Amino acid sequence: MVASKETPRTILVCQGTGCVSGGSEKILAVLTQELERAGLTDQIHVSATGCHGFCEKGPLVVTEPEGIFYSAVTVDDIPDIVRSLLPGEGPVERLFYRDPVSGERIPHYREIPFYSKQQRVVLSNCGHINPERIEDYIAVGGYAALRKVLAGMKPQEVIDEVTRAGLRGLGGAGFPTGRKWQFCHDAPGDIKYVVCNADEGDPGAFQDRSILEGDPCSVLEGMTIAGYAVGAQKGYMYVRDEYPLAVKRLQIAIAQANEKGFLGKNILGSGFDFQIEIFKGAGAFVCGEETALIASLEGGRGAPRPRPPFPATAGLHGKPTLLNNVKTYANVRWIINKGWEWFASRGTQTCKGTAIFSLTGKTANCGLIEVPMGISIREIIYDIGGGIRGGKAFKAVQTGGPSGGCLPKECLDIPVDFDSLKAAGAIMGSGGMVVMDEDTCMVDVARYFLDFTQKESCGQCPLCRLGTKQMLEILTDITRGQGKPGDIDLLMEIADAVKNGSLCALGGTAPNPVLTTLRYFRHDYEAHIEQKRCPALACKELIKFFILPDKCRGCGMCRKECPVEAIAGEKKMVHIIDQEKCIKCGTCIDVCPKKFSAIVKVSGEEIEVPREPIPIKLQLRSKEAKRQEDD
Amino acid sequence: MPKPILGKSAVGQLNHDIPEEPTAFQTEAVQKVRILSMEDRLTQILSSFRGNKVELIPLLQRVQEEYGYLPEEALLRVAAHTNTPESEVYSVATFYAQFRLKPIGRKRVMICRGTACHVRGAPLILEAAQRRLGISVGETTEDLEFTLDTVACIGACGLAPCMMVNKEVHGRLTSKSVLEVLGTHGSEQGNT
Repeated sequence: MVASKETPRTILVCQGTGCVSGGSEKILAVLTQELERAGLTDQIHVSATGCHGFCEKGPLVVTEPEGIFYSAVTVDDIPDIVRSLLPGEGPVERLFYRDPVSGERIPHYREIPFYSKQQRVVLSNCGHINPERIEDYIAVGGYAALRKVLAGMKPQEVIDEVTRAGLRGLGGAGFPTGRKWQFCHDAPGDIKYVVCNADEGDPGAFQDRSILEGDPCSVLEGMTIAGYAVGAQKGYMYVRDEYPLAVKRLQIAIAQANEKGFLGKNILGSGFDFQIEIFKGAGAFVCGEETALIASLEGGRGAPRPRPPFPATAGLHGKPTLLNNVKTYANVRWIINKGWEWFASRGTQTCKGTAIFSLTGKTANCGLIEVPMGISIREIIYDIGGGIRGGKAFKAVQTGGPSGGCLPKECLDIPVDFDSLKAAGAIMGSGGMVVMDEDTCMVDVARYFLDFTQKESCGQCPLCRLGTKQMLEILTDITRGQGKPGDIDLLMEIADAVKNGSLCALGGTAPNPVLTTLRYFRHDYEAHIEQKRCPALACKELIKFFILPDKCRGCGMCRKECPVEAIAGEKKMVHIIDQEKCIKCGTCIDVCPKKFSAIVKVSGEEIEVPREPIPIKLQLRSKEAKRQEDD
Repeated sequence: MPKPILGKSAVGQLNHDIPEEPTAFQTEAVQKVRILSMEDRLTQILSSFRGNKVELIPLLQRVQEEYGYLPEEALLRVAAHTNTPESEVYSVATFYAQFRLKPIGRKRVMICRGTACHVRGAPLILEAAQRRLGISVGETTEDLEFTLDTVACIGACGLAPCMMVNKEVHGRLTSKSVLEVLGTHGSEQGNT
């Protein structure tokens, strides 16, 4: 929050991707106009910020210093918001966040459970400063760490600080960051590089995007400090081309840092030169792997190579190269500013600091969260996430994307840290956390991930290229009701081969979603193979839709909306679904009025319905309904 | 390489005066003009790069930004300019999901296939879009209005299921609302 003396009040309008797609750019423009018209521009300052994290409720508007939080704001709400800022007026209560559990309206964002249970360190600036103004970043203590380092710390002292803090990287293994820095520092050579891996390719993760969009300077500061520590002169930001807003904000942040002397020649008069260049990735998941990323930076196909030598000794153009993730670099300034003891005092014995997750899927609250290491999955899903939406039952939580695993409700109380997640079969990885409910089929989820890794395999290791393909075919057969006895054993056998026969982590972890779903949800597989039944009613080939003749009132809604005209029946006639034509899109269930609820979805069973539309029997229906009620 | 599609070209400026089905003579003339102007623009683009192999990906990105895809002529010129074998340029161009060798529609629809979108019904959104546009993933409608693609993750998981049309994100889609975003395309011609 930046409030200088002249502007005592600020309205923060979130310009993260989530809110922008909800129309927050227009909100920002109209708000600015309205304030001008009301002659309030001197007293009230409008600030465009990065992601607040609570994307579910966007577009978000926050007024400071009170910390009033308005959710799902539309352009029509702006006059009310402007009026609320006039002397003697109160906040706009109808725009307050409503707690899904208690139904209570909560005015301040600090009191909303989604935020109050979090510990926002790396994300503390996101949503509170204007990411396109370096002055805002400096005003909240930005670049103080770089000043401190260049003013009096030796490179080795910087590395020691990071090592003692216990910061760990976000690859599957959680490799200690300080050790990586040490390797690169110790590697002989005058030319060295620092690379930031912002090729966030995991489906279901968007924290790198949010940090880069909301607080790009913190990542640049971390990279510059790393450059000083290892003795590099040049940094590369490898960012996905699918993130145009992140690229734009990084370009602005780099230009402003150059202007202010935080990048370029002789930074802050220290004699240290460092430059950062943006490299836009061209869309290959495997480039998240460090040697593949380097191959891509060199202008080739992103194919991983065997290690050693590790990039820290021979990386980009054969020179020692330090490669860390966005979050890792964003943590550095905190360690330098507050000291390693402060950083290490948070989290668990082996995992320090905070973890950032993209909490998505079937939770009531989705968004970007930052929590202390060691918090339980249950606290994340039920306290921060507000539980499962629509009163459904929790089924599984998937962490770590295609390299991770699906954990069942028995694992809800395990602490979230590198080692516990790994022991349970999942990983921390990219920080995606996708929550699944009873309507999610675990065989379909495994098939989904294999479909992804199979397409993204670079193809150089035969076991990865062919093994994932075979696994995908078996899984596809199972979801289509063509599974055979022995398929599960065969899957496990191929999984083992793919794991052991692949050069990089993509192949090495590709079978994880299959192995964890087999470990915890074997009954789902068995139902598909033995009974040709999908318990979650998700696999299309195994489900059927029926219109119950005693409930259908012949209103015609489903017939009108069916995209393939598979429903027959005039008004006041019981409608019939043509099973041959039905594409199982579920539109009919969605549109059937709740008071009738005449359409059912079943798997592994048939329901007796008339072959042709018949007149609805109102009398009979009500008698029958009455009898059922009496029973 | 596909033959350049004439009439309504997705490449650079639109040639509105050209009839839907040009004669053989017109086709040849138009092709010549197109290739000529392409060469000019390519020369400009190439001259802003030093010609090192490490620039291959940014260079291809720049070319694609200009044309919407990577025309064969451009790939050959890029190979010569960067002193890289043509086979290697082709290999890089086909390795990355971003690069395409065929012209793209004016509106590129990218349906997110991220995990969050998947569990919230992305497959149904994709099917609805395919039905409406009458094309499969990776294809372009005949009038070059739409190209349908899937993308691993847009990173707007809080809005799942979502899709991007050019640079605009549309979230919280249903199999009905996706049709509203795509407009009446196709339905008028009866190919829903």
